Amino acid sequence: MLAVQQLRKSFVGPDGARVPVVAVPEFQLAAGEQLALRGESGSGKTTFLHLIAGILAADAGRVEIDGVEMTALGEPARDRLRAEKLGYIFQTFNLLQGFTVLENVLLGMSFGPRGADRAHARAVLERVGLGHRLGHFPRQLSTGQQQRVAVARALANRPRLVLADEPTGNLDTRHAGEALALIREVCREQGAGLLLVSHDEGVLSQFTLRRDFAELNQAVREARP
Amino acid sequence: MTLPLIVYRSLRQHALSTLITAGGIALAAGLLMTVWRVKVESQAAFTQTSAGFDAVLGARGSKLQLVLNAIFHLEASPGNVAAADAEAIRRHPMVKAAIPIAVGDNLRGFRLVGTVPELFSSVEFAPGRKYVLEAGGRLFSIDAREAVAGSFAAQRLGLRVGSVFRPFHGLNFDPKAEHAEEFTVTGILAPTNTPADRVIWLPLRGIQTMAGHDPKAATDVSAVLLQLRTPTAGFMLDMLYNKQGNRLTFAFPVGAIMAELFGKISWFDRVLELVAYLVALVAAGSVLASIYNSMSARQRDLAILRALGARRRTVFGAVLAEAAVIGALGALAGLAVHFALYVGVAGLIRAQTGVVLTPWAFHAVLVVCPLAMTALCALGGIVPALKAYRTPVAETIAPVS
Repeated sequence: MLAVQQLRKSFVGPDGARVPVVAVPEFQLAAGEQLALRGESGSGKTTFLHLIAGILAADAGRVEIDGVEMTALGEPARDRLRAEKLGYIFQTFNLLQGFTVLENVLLGMSFGPRGADRAHARAVLERVGLGHRLGHFPRQLSTGQQQRVAVARALANRPRLVLADEPTGNLDTRHAGEALALIREVCREQGAGLLLVSHDEGVLSQFTLRRDFAELNQAVREARP
Repeated sequence: MTLPLIVYRSLRQHALSTLITAGGIALAAGLLMTVWRVKVESQAAFTQTSAGFDAVLGARGSKLQLVLNAIFHLEASPGNVAAADAEAIRRHPMVKAAIPIAVGDNLRGFRLVGTVPELFSSVEFAPGRKYVLEAGGRLFSIDAREAVAGSFAAQRLGLRVGSVFRPFHGLNFDPKAEHAEEFTVTGILAPTNTPADRVIWLPLRGIQTMAGHDPKAATDVSAVLLQLRTPTAGFMLDMLYNKQGNRLTFAFPVGAIMAELFGKISWFDRVLELVAYLVALVAAGSVLASIYNSMSARQRDLAILRALGARRRTVFGAVLAEAAVIGALGALAGLAVHFALYVGVAGLIRAQTGVVLTPWAFHAVLVVCPLAMTALCALGGIVPALKAYRTPVAETIAPVS
């Protein structure tokens, strides 16, 4: 489902020199598989997810999603592929504050191939327990509820793969546990793969499949003295 | 639904700046449409107003002054025409009708004009339209101190059939210059929407023989309004009076003389137009500034949309559409501003000249201007739309770890 080969990304540092941030020789995730990547802050794991999602263009290497080589595509095609095949859950949720709960989900769907399906958006929000909050704005919801909107938005387009970047980082322990369970459960129901990155051992311990991003990412090792 | 929803929500989120910007555009569009229509329609109204006459014969002087005085009842008379000259033109075989008028007095600023009853009985002031008296009124008798009031003058001065007034000497109202003679109103004219509505009409003899007027000029008239039998007659009489003679002025054709006036003041029109265009440009600039300033606040939203799969051209289009919608809202409100302004300006022109502009008439500028303003605002949205287009998604939605 997801195959990464010789993926490299660097940024220009303050001194003008290029600083390698991601250098992943190989990484794979099978369809429907749920895997957690352990990574400390600054280890390049968010950049890795952005490269997979096509939000950032790689310097070199391949990212293949569901048989399509993302890294060979131009930006418009990457945007289309992201809307069609991927769901993205952010640590800070990244909800659109001027839009209602239902509109946030509908907008997420509207860029995908099926378009904004109001009935399906309602059903997904019902599924995450927010059927009674459709007309609310994000600021009118609790943090936990906002995270559930983000989950609904990521899954509403029936993605093949969900990328979750520290999805419980802004939640307390109880809500973090509930949110994680919800994400995993809904992904399982829809047959979507899940690639989650976190530095929280409590979250990581929930996964059978775990990998240490520091070991995966040669850029981190190269940067070590 | 995506684009309209994004635009609608964005406008709602920035409701105050949207309202202020649209308000500025409304004022600009309203001003632009008003300047345009007043220019075009007043020019048309003035050049088409002839009170039913082809030409005017008056004292030697400016043709424009003669037309303004005799047809529009503005300006001072350039001088008198001797009775013999008036009689000569009346008997000229190329002249169909000749109506003498005499001016020189007013009633609280409204002009008194002496004339003959034939003006009301036989002249059509517009094709198929003759002067009509309102119910209960009758024309003045030529030897009596009687008057017929134009509808606007009657309304402003509160004159009714049976009202009695004393004229004031001169064309401008001076309370100390009251004449001793009393005139009785015998009729009120129905509105004609011409300068005649601002006039109080007296018998020619009534004004010629008023105490205080020069007795030597008691048979003179201020001008003779003429209907000609053929258009070529005008050119022949022009030759006779203007080129071969040197005592009188023959103003022909009336419309062309008024068009000359507008030609002379066309620089003023151009200045007004330029000001209106500049105001429109400033309004479009305000759209640019308003949306551009809000871009830093909304860049995160745009980056989120991009992360969800929106293409660059989608966010570009959303910002452009927002600018166009602000422009369209402003332009629509501009129609209301325009009509309010136009009603005021038309009222002022009518009060000052008697020429009537119709605010509710259709004019192409009422469609072209709102469309042009919308397009101009969309153009103003290009700069912020480019900023949206270039929004760096990864840096904006989350710090790179």
